[in-house]
Amino acid sequence: MSFSIYKYASPMTFYGLAGKMIPWFSWGAAILAGLGLYIAFFMAPTDFQQGEAYRVIFIHVPAAWMSMFIYMVMAFWSAVGLAWNTRLSFMMSRALAPTGALFAFLSLWTGAMWGKPMWGAWWVWDARLTSSLVLFFLYVGIIALWSAIDDRRRGDKAGALLILVGAINVPIIYFSVKWWNTLHQGASVSLMQAPSMAAIMLMGMLVMAIAAWFYSIAVAMVRVRGIILERERQTEWVKELLEKN
Amino acid sequence: MHWASWSEFWAMGGYGFYVWGSYGALLLLMLVEIILLVRGHKQTLTRIRRMKNWEQE
Amino acid sequence: MKSRNKKLLAIGLAVVGLAIVAALVLNAFRNNLVFFFTPSQVAKGEAPKDRAFRIGGLVEKGTMKRSADGMTVTFIVTDTALTMPVSYSVKEYGPLPDLFKEGKGMVAEGKLGADGTFQATQVLAKHDENYMPPEAASAIAQAQKAQTLVK
Repeated sequence: MSFSIYKYASPMTFYGLAGKMIPWFSWGAAILAGLGLYIAFFMAPTDFQQGEAYRVIFIHVPAAWMSMFIYMVMAFWSAVGLAWNTRLSFMMSRALAPTGALFAFLSLWTGAMWGKPMWGAWWVWDARLTSSLVLFFLYVGIIALWSAIDDRRRGDKAGALLILVGAINVPIIYFSVKWWNTLHQGASVSLMQAPSMAAIMLMGMLVMAIAAWFYSIAVAMVRVRGIILERERQTEWVKELLEKN
Repeated sequence: MHWASWSEFWAMGGYGFYVWGSYGALLLLMLVEIILLVRGHKQTLTRIRRMKNWEQE
Repeated sequence: MKSRNKKLLAIGLAVVGLAIVAALVLNAFRNNLVFFFTPSQVAKGEAPKDRAFRIGGLVEKGTMKRSADGMTVTFIVTDTALTMPVSYSVKEYGPLPDLFKEGKGMVAEGKLGADGTFQATQVLAKHDENYMPPEAASAIAQAQKAQTLVK
């Protein structure tokens, strides 16, 4: 068991594994997104208070979940990288950050497009919205930090530290609607209680959320392969690989 | 199916701008990400090849 | 020299970034973490007296009235313990949001007038986390009505 973990922790084997995973997750994402959109627009009924405007939920919630989840995965890899100095961990963080930033931006954008017609405002400074904006700025700050530091090792370490410090923001986002009075409503779906959504609406949202997972994995795998090639270009296996193709 | 016509579908009960403004932004940004990614990967490959050829000469 | 400049730039960027984050968080703590006050909190004197704040609660059923010219809306907001009258000028501050309804949540920003009426400059609708088709909602409402009749 430990043997296989070490095997896949080496950039060379992971490069091949990631290459095999990409088509599966790409097609999976496309099929799930198609199914999710069909449920979202043709099976899910109109909402009793929000009418058709609520259909933004099918992308707003998956985008918001994804932006938080990707951050936690980056924090995990950063901790592993700092603790054991594993090469691949930092590469994973770097591969995930742009997609995390994309989803953080989309959660803010779709939230604004939903808030305007329903609440009556594009934006309010309540705890949920403010902490979500901070998450987006964290992503942008992390990416800017990496691109500003030429030395790869230092960049990796500085980025990992910033990621770990910023991780405190994720539980703040999640619990903000419980801890403080916010305009944003509480969670419709949580581990502790039954979801307060009609089953078909919930189904559409979950399918879209899984599609977002698949998309993120596929995109991150493509990106990590590029990073591996770049960083391992002096090694024999990359030279052989490039000669073969 | 609860849409009587396509025009009703696009209108989204009067919220078309907000609903399609959300889905449109998602589609656009994902396409941009995918295009940048594929292009970036090709550029990485050519850059590494060029460096390697330099070293050999 | 070049790498030193880069390092300085990186540190500068990090400082600016952290400063922005800190400013946002502090701003939120100062007056927005408590995004709104309930009528009970206002009665206890927790809300600021000399500046604008937000009040939140349910719009009490049967209390929403429009003035004769339709330009001013008044209603009573309740947190189920205490209530407070609210007045909002549609003419000056724009129409009410689509979700604003009697019996539903709302958050209004403004100042407390001398007569105890909250003079709102902005009214936002606060909806709950329930999503269901209209038929299900009316079925639930009917079941609740039946239950109160039994009691």
